[in-house]
Amino acid sequence: MRIAILGAGAVGSSVAELAGEYGHTVTALADSRGAAVDPGGIDVETALDRKEREGVVGGSDPEDALAGAYDVLVEATPTTLGDAQPGFGHLRAALERDRHVVLANKGPVAERYADVRALERESEGRVLMEATVGGAMPVLSTIDDFGPGRITAARGVLNGTANFVLSRMAAEGLGYEHVLAEAQDLGVAEADPSFDVEGTDAALKCVILANVLARGDREYTLADADVEGIKSLPGSALELANEDGRTIRLIGEVSDGAVRVGPRLVPAYGALAVTGTRNIVQLETEHAGRLNVSGRGAGGPETATAVLADVDRLDS
Amino acid sequence: MSDSTEEVRAYTVRLELVDRPGELLRALEPIADHGGNLLSIFHERGNVTPRGHIPVEVDLEATPERFEAIVDSLREEGINVIQAGADRYGTELTVVLIGHIVDTDLSDTLDRIEDASDASIRDLSLSTPDGDAGESSARVRLAAQRGAADAALATVREVAEEKGLRVVEPLAGDAA
Repeated sequence: MRIAILGAGAVGSSVAELAGEYGHTVTALADSRGAAVDPGGIDVETALDRKEREGVVGGSDPEDALAGAYDVLVEATPTTLGDAQPGFGHLRAALERDRHVVLANKGPVAERYADVRALERESEGRVLMEATVGGAMPVLSTIDDFGPGRITAARGVLNGTANFVLSRMAAEGLGYEHVLAEAQDLGVAEADPSFDVEGTDAALKCVILANVLARGDREYTLADADVEGIKSLPGSALELANEDGRTIRLIGEVSDGAVRVGPRLVPAYGALAVTGTRNIVQLETEHAGRLNVSGRGAGGPETATAVLADVDRLDS
Repeated sequence: MSDSTEEVRAYTVRLELVDRPGELLRALEPIADHGGNLLSIFHERGNVTPRGHIPVEVDLEATPERFEAIVDSLREEGINVIQAGADRYGTELTVVLIGHIVDTDLSDTLDRIEDASDASIRDLSLSTPDGDAGESSARVRLAAQRGAADAALATVREVAEEKGLRVVEPLAGDAA
């Protein structure tokens, strides 16, 4: 498959680096400042070197990447809320040309799911989005395999940064600010961690899950989610939970048509009490009880693995 | 339990026993004879009623029809049954409250949770690392009637919101 990649951050760069190993050709790599475009395949290493040295992947116009030769558009630009632009526009342009779209960007399917599906119906191209929920974990493909109608509820830990902070606080008895600063030093938390610690990122993933499980009967956006973060949670709360054999995790839930994210008490040694940046999703199935999918929920190569799994699905 | 398809439920029976040897055993026999499952016996030996009787609280499990037979049989034996009914508190839930818990009148918070939700506070653990004036946390274990856990949680949420407290709720039911 010929792949055009929009977004040259951790995920886009990793997709570009790993695509060759998967037997695909990268015909374009672009970010908002520039693009490397070659219908015969770009030199990925050169493009990433140039980004490191000069801040641009290439001298071409990013629009040329979108209009160029590819079978699959990988949309890995930063997630935006509301109208989900420019990611949504990229998706539209590819579908209107009957090309497939693989999303790593959560915006289009969290904020405009119905619009995305409507465009897909008019196109020969398909839209896949495994990478938008739980990084490397096969959450959406598992739901697809079981059939969304046979999953009655989903819940889990869907933000590695928040989970790192909570599990460090519980294990070391340290305060929120202290652990957050440590997470920033380690690169686990961003300089502005609000998206993670306020629960927005986990909520977007739950909204996408809700959209998939609703099978078009109802559209969810971030505005439908009840969201509470873990910001400034005192260490004393974790201590009290711990004394009682419990701990606190930022849990996202999709159940009975409601989407909810917030700090919750869970058994200290239960499946949901994953530690560090690990994520977990529990699916309640109609006939087969509970299914746990756990693994790395973020990171360049991890998320790129999910993107390339989608590309392979489109190839088969 | 092949003679009944009805669900086994928890019941509490309050008895008043005459203070003489063998009375407690006499009271428990009808429960066993009618297929009740004894859960606990609270024998208030030092707490005598104005009539000189000893109050005993018995928790047991039985189907509703077996329970009726137990109560009838106790009365036939001449045992004074003060109160008999389904256990008021079938489920327990734990929440953690965070914020200016002491400043916002903790006992009022707890009273209102109990009054409004018909739940009972079983246990309270308070942590005030910065003294009474700072942010503190409280772990509260509530006993609620079977099926009323959601209502109890809603009350906790309401009272907490009014007082500017954060609530860390448990996951519903068997989740986790």
